[in-house]
Amino acid sequence: MGAGIALAFLLFPIVAIFARVSPGRLVAQLSRPVVTDALVVSLKTSGIAQALVLVLGTPLAYVLASRRFRGRSLAIVLVELPLVLPPAVAGIGLIAAFGRLGLLGGTLDAVGVRLGLTQAAVVIAVAFVASPLYVRQAIAAFEAVDPNLVAASRTLGAGPVRTFFRVVLPLARRGLAAGEALSFARGLGEFGATIMFAGSLQGVTQTLPLAIYQEFDRLPDGFTTALAMSGLLVVVSGALLVTLRLVLQWQPSRPTSRFLFAPSR
Amino acid sequence: MATLQADFTLPLRAFALELALDVAGTVALVGPSGAGKTSVLHVIAGLAAPARGRVSLDGERWVDTARGVSLPPERRRVGLVFQDYALFPHLSVRANVAFGAGGRAVAPLLERFRIGHLGAARPQELSGGERQRVALARALAREPDVLLLDEPLAALDAHTKTEVRHELAELLRQLGLPTLLVTHDYEDAAALADEVGVLVEGRLRQLGPPAELVARPRDAFVASFTGANLLRGRARRGDGALTTVRLESGEELYSADEADGDVGVVVYPWEVSVARAHAPDADSALNVVRGRVGSLVEVANRVRVRVGPVTAEVTAASAERLELAAGGVAYATFKATGTRLVPL
Repeated sequence: MGAGIALAFLLFPIVAIFARVSPGRLVAQLSRPVVTDALVVSLKTSGIAQALVLVLGTPLAYVLASRRFRGRSLAIVLVELPLVLPPAVAGIGLIAAFGRLGLLGGTLDAVGVRLGLTQAAVVIAVAFVASPLYVRQAIAAFEAVDPNLVAASRTLGAGPVRTFFRVVLPLARRGLAAGEALSFARGLGEFGATIMFAGSLQGVTQTLPLAIYQEFDRLPDGFTTALAMSGLLVVVSGALLVTLRLVLQWQPSRPTSRFLFAPSR
Repeated sequence: MATLQADFTLPLRAFALELALDVAGTVALVGPSGAGKTSVLHVIAGLAAPARGRVSLDGERWVDTARGVSLPPERRRVGLVFQDYALFPHLSVRANVAFGAGGRAVAPLLERFRIGHLGAARPQELSGGERQRVALARALAREPDVLLLDEPLAALDAHTKTEVRHELAELLRQLGLPTLLVTHDYEDAAALADEVGVLVEGRLRQLGPPAELVARPRDAFVASFTGANLLRGRARRGDGALTTVRLESGEELYSADEADGDVGVVVYPWEVSVARAHAPDADSALNVVRGRVGSLVEVANRVRVRVGPVTAEVTAASAERLELAAGGVAYATFKATGTRLVPL
């Protein structure tokens, strides 16, 4: 009974997004410029941010997983901190660091870089908030690789780099993919830090969540558009979740498959 | 043949591994688990860095702490076969063997190890014996100058083990590489190696040809590890050439060895005869231990019989003729010259 109520409570708002307005009208809303602009901004900034997360987060995770040094636990806690930070705090932090009046603001200004109200600011906000999910999962994935296999690779003549690409990465790839899916989903939904650090400029920094918020403010007409964009994000997030589960459940071929064609006795 | 020289100290958790060893031919290190055997292989392969010492192959320095030299594993030409084989689960058998081959063809190697038909299979699909052959082929594909084997036979069941041991001995002979293998099984060591070292808590207790370890075990541990019976007692010089040892059980034994004080009487199972009755006048063996028959274990065409505290090895035929059965009383007899006395 209690479980039923809990499940209904979790599902009801999601169902409500699709139940309020007919599917035809929702789909029609998706062609409005405010939606297409936001979709392009979201995909572009998320794509760049996730590329940065993979390129920078993977070596960081590997070092944290494979080296033992003083302060390692502290480093892991610090890496995970943005995960639990309130988005408003993350936004203020980014402004205090990279904003025009921030610690690096003067330096950036001197070399002619203005981050405020640019897509670069969106990318930074998304990467800052979403990367811990990837790094955390990647550390776990790297730690799960049998150290004997790494040692075997080295004694077979492969240096650390070749060992990483031929042994460690293939064996950790499922965990890395799972972490990346989580990070992507989190980044796509980023709201607080983005609106504070990058603003909400249609076609420039306005991502889907920001556009939803803006349209929702434009009652009553905007509400349908907000619903349509919300429905789109539900579908994308749901697809990511299903992909994640499939990736985690997928097993490499097992010897059992050999016996499928064994002669019957 | 090349010579691998190792002389180093490696601090481990409970003790320091201190070892000086020259490997030409096949050397086996035996010892209980936790003695530091695997760590020896890791230092030589470059997977662990010793606190002090040198490792070199025919003058080519791999490690010299005094000069700050320590080559990474990939620059030492070693073939290391891991205890659980450490085959790459994401690669086929062929790709595993080709991993260290540097582009050389691996087909002849696969054929040589009778795994040619398994080239496309994953390691998970193989039997223990097949995995072991893949691991050996992979290590040799690198064309190493030194071969290191970590418990090469431990992961095999008793049935395949004897056969594989035979094959391995033949392979090592053909390769002619300096080979260091570690095992907890003295029989494996004696069957495979020219020299056996007994390693206990990081120190070599004794190093020598297998026959010498059996003939002259330096201490009680070496004796019992090489498969001898060890009976504890107190030795006293007799009037004649014999030493009398009073066992803790009160029985007295005689040995041709000289000793005083607390000693272990060492006697190998094949020196012990078993009888259902004791006839002192009809037997040249001076030592008699009476006891109940414990376990009877068949080993090839022989039977290992436990009589009281003593294990004897008799032919299956005599075991049958004597109608030995667990629980019955029997006499284990052995000559005074068949015993060694070691300090405890």
